[in-house]
Amino acid sequence: MAIRTEPFVMNMGPVHPSTHGVYRMRLTLDGEVVVDVEPVIGYLHRGIEKLAEQRTWTGVIPLTDRLDYISSMSNNLAYCLAVEKLAGIEIPERAEYIRVIMAELQRICNHLVAVGSFFNDNGAYYTPFLQMYREREKIVDLFEMVSGQRLTYNYMRIGGVSQDVPRDFVPAVEKLLEQLPPAFDTFDKFLKDNEILLARAKGVGILSPELAIDYGITGPVLRASGLAWDLRKEDPYSIYDRFEFDIPTCDEGDSYDRYRIRMLEMRQSLRILQQAVKQLPEGPVKADVPHFFRPPAGEAYGRIESPKGEFGFYVVSDGSIAPYRCHIRSTSLINISVIRELVLGWKLADLVTIFGSIDICLGEVDR
Amino acid sequence: MKFERYGLGIAKGLSVTLGYFFRRPSVTQYPDQRLHVSRRTRGQEMVWDREKCTGCCTCAKSCPQGVIEIVTSTNLKNNKYEVEKYQVDTGYCIQCGLCVESCPYEALFFSTNYECAKYRRSELIQNKEDMMLESGNKQRSAYFYPELEADLPRQTLLIERITEED
Amino acid sequence: MAIIEPVINIPVILQTLPSDWPGNFWGHWVLFSLVTIIVVILMVMGFIYIARREIGRMQSRVGPNRTGPFGLLQAVADVLKVLLKEGITPAAVDKPIYWLAPIVTLVPVFVVFAVMPFTNGGMLANLNIGVLYVVAISSITTVGMFMAGWGSSNKYSLISAMRVIASVVSYEFPVLISIASVILIAGSLSLNDIVIAQDIPFILLQPLGFLVFFIAGLAEISRAPFDLLEADQEIVAGFHLEYSGIKFALFYLVEYGEAFLLSCLISTIFLAGWRGPILPEWLWFIIKALIVWFVMVWLWATLPRVRIDQMMALAWKFLLPLAVINLVVTAIEVLSLSEDMLWIMIPINFAMTAVLILFWSKKFFRLGWGRVEV
Repeated sequence: MAIRTEPFVMNMGPVHPSTHGVYRMRLTLDGEVVVDVEPVIGYLHRGIEKLAEQRTWTGVIPLTDRLDYISSMSNNLAYCLAVEKLAGIEIPERAEYIRVIMAELQRICNHLVAVGSFFNDNGAYYTPFLQMYREREKIVDLFEMVSGQRLTYNYMRIGGVSQDVPRDFVPAVEKLLEQLPPAFDTFDKFLKDNEILLARAKGVGILSPELAIDYGITGPVLRASGLAWDLRKEDPYSIYDRFEFDIPTCDEGDSYDRYRIRMLEMRQSLRILQQAVKQLPEGPVKADVPHFFRPPAGEAYGRIESPKGEFGFYVVSDGSIAPYRCHIRSTSLINISVIRELVLGWKLADLVTIFGSIDICLGEVDR
Repeated sequence: MKFERYGLGIAKGLSVTLGYFFRRPSVTQYPDQRLHVSRRTRGQEMVWDREKCTGCCTCAKSCPQGVIEIVTSTNLKNNKYEVEKYQVDTGYCIQCGLCVESCPYEALFFSTNYECAKYRRSELIQNKEDMMLESGNKQRSAYFYPELEADLPRQTLLIERITEED
Repeated sequence: MAIIEPVINIPVILQTLPSDWPGNFWGHWVLFSLVTIIVVILMVMGFIYIARREIGRMQSRVGPNRTGPFGLLQAVADVLKVLLKEGITPAAVDKPIYWLAPIVTLVPVFVVFAVMPFTNGGMLANLNIGVLYVVAISSITTVGMFMAGWGSSNKYSLISAMRVIASVVSYEFPVLISIASVILIAGSLSLNDIVIAQDIPFILLQPLGFLVFFIAGLAEISRAPFDLLEADQEIVAGFHLEYSGIKFALFYLVEYGEAFLLSCLISTIFLAGWRGPILPEWLWFIIKALIVWFVMVWLWATLPRVRIDQMMALAWKFLLPLAVINLVVTAIEVLSLSEDMLWIMIPINFAMTAVLILFWSKKFFRLGWGRVEV
C-alpha cells in the first residue's frame, strides 16, 4: 500500500550553483520527482535592444559582446553580417578568412566551456572542467593577442575586422592545431565510456525531432536529435561554402548525445581551421566604412550558426547615425523553452543534467 | 559473449587522472611570477598626447558609454583649440577601444598598466594631468598602433609554455 | 637523530604506563582521551591538506602553498576563519534540534577511535567486541544529519536529510556482511586480533569483500561518487546548508573525520594495520591509512556522482547479493581448509570476484530508467 504524499513547491532560485546564470525555476516536486516546472526569467535584463538605439552603428558592437558572453566573436559576426546585408557592403577576402578563423576558434572555446560545465553539474569535482579550461586558455591567449582582451573582444567591424592579425598569430594557430587533437583524445578516454556518466545521461531527457522542430530548437541540441540542420551548409553565410566539413548528428537525442555531439563538432571545427589557415590570402582587412556610419533606410535579418544555435539580428534603419530598432533572435531563449517537456517525470538530479546539456547562457536569454 | 560496463570506463578515467597528477601544473604564482600580457592589451587607463590632440571630440562622440568629457576654450595656439579639461571616467569605461580607433590625429592610447585598483570610485576618474604622455613613464599599448609593438615584450602563450609532454 | 628516537618511542612509552599513572583511573582516562582526540584532529587536518594538494595536482594546479611552509597551515587558517564567522540562525528553525545536531553528529566519530589499534594493543580500550562497537556507534551520525536537515526548516535540507536516511540505512547491510566474512577468517571481533591474524593481508584473501566494503563505506560517509547527500550542484550543500560559523566547522570536521575513520578501518581490517617490517608500527598504520585516502581522493577527483535511485539500486541489487555470496564461499573455505593452507583461498577468491563482477554487471546495468509518468 503506497503512502500518500503531497507535492511541494521548491524554488531553484536565481542564485544557484548549477543554473548557468541567474535563472529561476519554481519546481513542484513529489518527493524527488519533478512534477511541474515554471521558469522565471528576466533577472539579467539589461535592455540591450533599447540601448542599441542610442549608440552609433559601430557603438552597438561592444554591446553585442555582452549578449552571449562566452562566444563574443559570434555575436559580433552576426551583427556585422546583418548591417552589411542592409547596406550592401563588400568585405575584403582576408577579412572573410579571418572572420571564419575567429568564429571556429570561438566555437571550440564555447564547446569546451559547455562540456566542462556539464560535467561539473554532474558532480565530477571540477577536474574535467579545469582540464577543458586549460585548453580553452590556449585559445583565449590567441584572442588576447589579436584584440587585446580575453572575454569581450569587440573585434569585428562593419566591413571587416578592426585590425590585422599580428605576425605571430598564424604560427600560433598552427601550433594549437597540433596540440588540440591529442587533448581531445585524452578527454574522450577520460569521459566517454564512464559508467556513471552513462547511467546519469544516457536515455535521460530524450528530445524527439518532431518536438524540436515544433519548439524551434536549433544548434547542437537539434543535431543531437538526428536532424542534420546547420546554417553553414543550409544557408551559407560568409565563405563557408569554400570549406569541406561534415555535420555530425547523433541518434537518440538524450543528454549523452548532446554531450557527444559537442565533442564531434569541435573536431570538425579543427578541420575548417586547418583549411582556412592554409588558404589565408593577403590584403586589406576592412572595407572603407566610416566610423560614424549611415546606412540607407531599410531592414535586414542576418543570422549565423553560433555555437549554441541560430543567432540572428534583425536591424531596421532610417538613415540616421543609430539603429532605429535592433532585435535579437537569441538561441538560448528559444532553446530553453523546451525544458518543461524534457524534465517532467525525471528526478531533481536529472533536471540539473538536462539543463546543463542544453547549454544556455543567461546573457542571451535575458538580453 | 560481449561484456561491457563492468568498470572499464571508470578505470580508464582513473588512469587519465593519475596521468594529470604527474604532469607539471600550469600555474603562475601571481605576485612573484608574472606573465606578459598581449602587446595590444586594452588596459584600464588611457594615455593622452597633448601635442597632437586638437580638441575635435571625435573620441567623446564615439564612446558608447559617454565617459570622455572634454572642455575646450577658443585660445588658438598653433591653429588648435586649447583643451582645458580632458577627463575619462575609467570606472564606467568598458575598454572597447572605439575612442582609440576613431581619433584622427593619433593622440589617444591605451596604457599597459593593469594594476589600477583604487580605494574610492572618485579616484578612478583620470584627469588630463594623469594621462599626459610626457609626464613620467607611461607605457603605451600597441592597440591599433602596430608601430609601438617593438617596444613591448612578447606575450606569454600557454601553447609555448607547457606542452603535453611535460 | 636525537629527536627522532623519543618521538618514535612515545607510543611505546604511553602504552607501558601503568593504568593509574597520573592519578587514579579517571586521571589516566582523561589524559588518554585527550591524547586520542588531539591525534585524531591533527590527522584530520593532515588529511585535509593532503586531499587539497592531491586534487590540485590532478587538476593541473598547485594546491594551497602560501599559508605557512608548503601551505601546511591552511587547515589552521580555515578553522580560524570559520570560527570567527557569524553564526546566522534562521528564524524559523526548530531550536533544540538545530542546536544539538552538530554535536550528535560529531561525538560518535571521536568515540569510535577508542578501539582503533594504532599499535599492537595501542588503543584506549581493547574491547573484544570491537567491530560491533564500531558499526553501532558510527550509525548515530545518521540521526544527527537528519536532525540537521529537519531542524533547518529548508526544503533543500529536507531533501538531503531524506537521502541521507535512505542511503545510509541501505548501505549498512553490505558493510556488515563483508565485515562478517573477515571475522569468519580472523575468528574474533576485536580489531587488534583481526590485525594479528593477518599473516596474509585480508585484501588478498577477500578481494570481493574489500571491493564491497570500500564502495559501501564510501556511500556511508557520502564521499566520492556518492556525495549526493551534500551535492553542491543540486541541493546547494544539503543538510548543513543553514549552518555557519562554528556549527559548520563541526560538520566539516565530521565529514573528514568519517573519511579518516573509514581509512583507518580499511587499513586495519584489510591491509594488516600496524604490521610491517622496519618502520615503527604506528607509522605503518598511518601510511596505510594515507594510501587508502589517496585512492579515495583520486576517485573524488575523477568520477561524476550517481543519482539517488541508482545509489539505492546499487546497494540492494548489486552489493548485497555479492556480499552474501562472498560470505557463503568464505564460510565453506574456512571450514574446509586448515590454518596454514589459507593461501589456497587467494586464487579461488580472485577468480570468483572476476566472474561475479562480469556477470552481475551485465545483468544489473540498465540505462535510461527512472522516469515516472506524471
